[in-house]
Amino acid sequence: MDLALIAQHLVNGAMLGVIYALVAVGFTLFFGVLDVIKFSHGDVVMLGAFTALATSAGLVGSGSALPPAIVLAAMFIAAVGGMAVFGALMAKFLVLPLRKAPTLNVLLITLMAGTVIREAVRLFYPQGSNPKPFPRLLPTGAWEIGEFTLRYDSTILLVTGVVAIVLVHLVITRTRLGLAIRAVAQDPETASAMGIPFHGTVLATFAIGSALAALAGVVNGLYYSEVSFNMGLLLGAIGFSAAVIGGLGNVYGAILGGFIFAALQTIGAVLLPIASAYKDVFAFAAVILLMAWKPGGLLAERSADRV
Amino acid sequence: MGVRFPVAIAATFALLCTLGASAKDTVKIVFIGPLTGGVAANGLGGRNAADLAVKVRNADPKAKYTYELMVLDDECKPNVGVQVATKAAADNNVIAGVTHYCSTVAMGTVDVYHRFGLPVVVWGAVLPDITYANDYKEIHRVNGTMINQNETAARFMATLKFKRWAIIHDTTDYGKGHNKYFTEYLQKNGGQILGTFGVTADQQDFSAELTRIKELKPEVLYFGGITPLGVRIRSQMDKLGVKAVFQGTSGIISDAFVEGLGPLAEGVIAFREGAPVEKLPGGRVFMDQYAKGGYSDDPEAYGPFAFAATTLVLDAIEKVGPNRKKVRAELNKTADYDSVVGKITFDDHRQNAVPLITKFVVQNGKWVVWEDSEYASGKRSLVRK
Repeated sequence: MDLALIAQHLVNGAMLGVIYALVAVGFTLFFGVLDVIKFSHGDVVMLGAFTALATSAGLVGSGSALPPAIVLAAMFIAAVGGMAVFGALMAKFLVLPLRKAPTLNVLLITLMAGTVIREAVRLFYPQGSNPKPFPRLLPTGAWEIGEFTLRYDSTILLVTGVVAIVLVHLVITRTRLGLAIRAVAQDPETASAMGIPFHGTVLATFAIGSALAALAGVVNGLYYSEVSFNMGLLLGAIGFSAAVIGGLGNVYGAILGGFIFAALQTIGAVLLPIASAYKDVFAFAAVILLMAWKPGGLLAERSADRV
Repeated sequence: MGVRFPVAIAATFALLCTLGASAKDTVKIVFIGPLTGGVAANGLGGRNAADLAVKVRNADPKAKYTYELMVLDDECKPNVGVQVATKAAADNNVIAGVTHYCSTVAMGTVDVYHRFGLPVVVWGAVLPDITYANDYKEIHRVNGTMINQNETAARFMATLKFKRWAIIHDTTDYGKGHNKYFTEYLQKNGGQILGTFGVTADQQDFSAELTRIKELKPEVLYFGGITPLGVRIRSQMDKLGVKAVFQGTSGIISDAFVEGLGPLAEGVIAFREGAPVEKLPGGRVFMDQYAKGGYSDDPEAYGPFAFAATTLVLDAIEKVGPNRKKVRAELNKTADYDSVVGKITFDDHRQNAVPLITKFVVQNGKWVVWEDSEYASGKRSLVRK
């Protein structure tokens, strides 16, 4: 295998890693503040993508010939803003009321909410059962160096994802909101006693996590030029696994987990002599081994640096 | 008392007989297909076509019975398919069925129909084993199998002077079957296979497989699988700069495939058994009636087969009455039966011997019969520069 192809595989893997990391960070944030696992997260990714798709269809359908950049900006704002509100609402009406109930109930209720979201999109979006073409709004050119193709759009998406992850890191470590999130994560009672609004902080955390999910959905749509109502299922499972191998509750763990999972899948498809059909088997089996080796995740949370 | 009771029975019986003469008995048949999930478009098209066939019959004053269509969703999942098939087969009021688009589901349910003695006609699934791996008198099929399809596909592609292939197939029975038969016939026609990649049916990312394929430099990428995956692979080929011709199977011949890809669908080639509906004597009538039916979804590629299967079942019931065993025997005998998909004749495994395979290519956002396309006339070329 020559260098160009290795570079190609690396870029492919990095792109996957960014999408997985964006999803995994959400899982880990929710677990950090409330010790809950929100299983509808993958479907929020999908809903974000469909919100963006509907926005672009609406703008294009209205007949106004807007430049792609404006359409794209509108799609991002609608999806990310919409899902932030949606995530906060889910926290308020589905997760927080069950705070005193066993965590298993939250897991179940969000699992069901995910199914409701998925089926609702399938039924109410026009021809929702079919895979939907996602508008190609990014520049379509590419740098070609031998066998290595680096597309402009992939590069933009890669950078966008990395910037989003860095922004979340800055919010959590450098802002008052981040301080509040970290305080609630560490000890909700003490945090409340110190005057940190518990509910507000939880809602903000869910808003951030869901906004990231929406971003992942839009990036996913722009990268693959196609979205479907059930795209959230596998993304949810992978995002969750990534968060767990990284160490649930640790943001850096989730990012690391996302890239590890992407690397495992790529290795599974490229280097294993067996058919690539087994790449997911290989990746998930490797996750099982990693978890047996480090049950708390690679970057296991210490209570001091939780979230 | 002892006298009056039999009299009452006799009176009731007489009354029932007169009623029977004026109002028709209702006979129930079942349609099963994927109404939800990734291939729901095909299932809904089939459902509408079956519904249309029943409505047409019910509107016919000469029909002996009033028909009721029970519609069940197999979700293209074998476990769900077995569940709904059992539900239908266990219901004694159901006389016959028009069942399944997905091969994996049909494979799971044939035993159920056999056990309960429910005669069914498969309307869309193409795996040969559905009819050939058993000898169940209950199972019939109006559409052809992937054996005929791939034989023609391999021979035809060889005439276009292609030599080097890479194969991606999904790892269901459907995708594996296509891989097996296409590989077999391709080698007979002198084609070379550079690499074969199995992928799961819900996979999203194919960049790793396609990067490897790019390295192998095939002229044609053969895809054995159905629409949702086909859309993803074709779209990602473009992203990674894989310039091979995209060759599919009957599983991607759907409006959803073209809609999902837009301009990228141009020049995609695929094969399906049976003549194109528009070219059949009854095809125009079917399309007109379907349009008048006011259905919100397209009939899709297999709608005409569902229509033909339903009409075949209704004709059998009309002829021998609502009795599963008699209907089964009647269906078994089917030969030279005129339908919207052409003549139907069942062989010893109750498989319709469809000699004709039609070649399709996407041109300007539509599946066009190869011979009518600008690709055949040489105006356009499949090979991308």
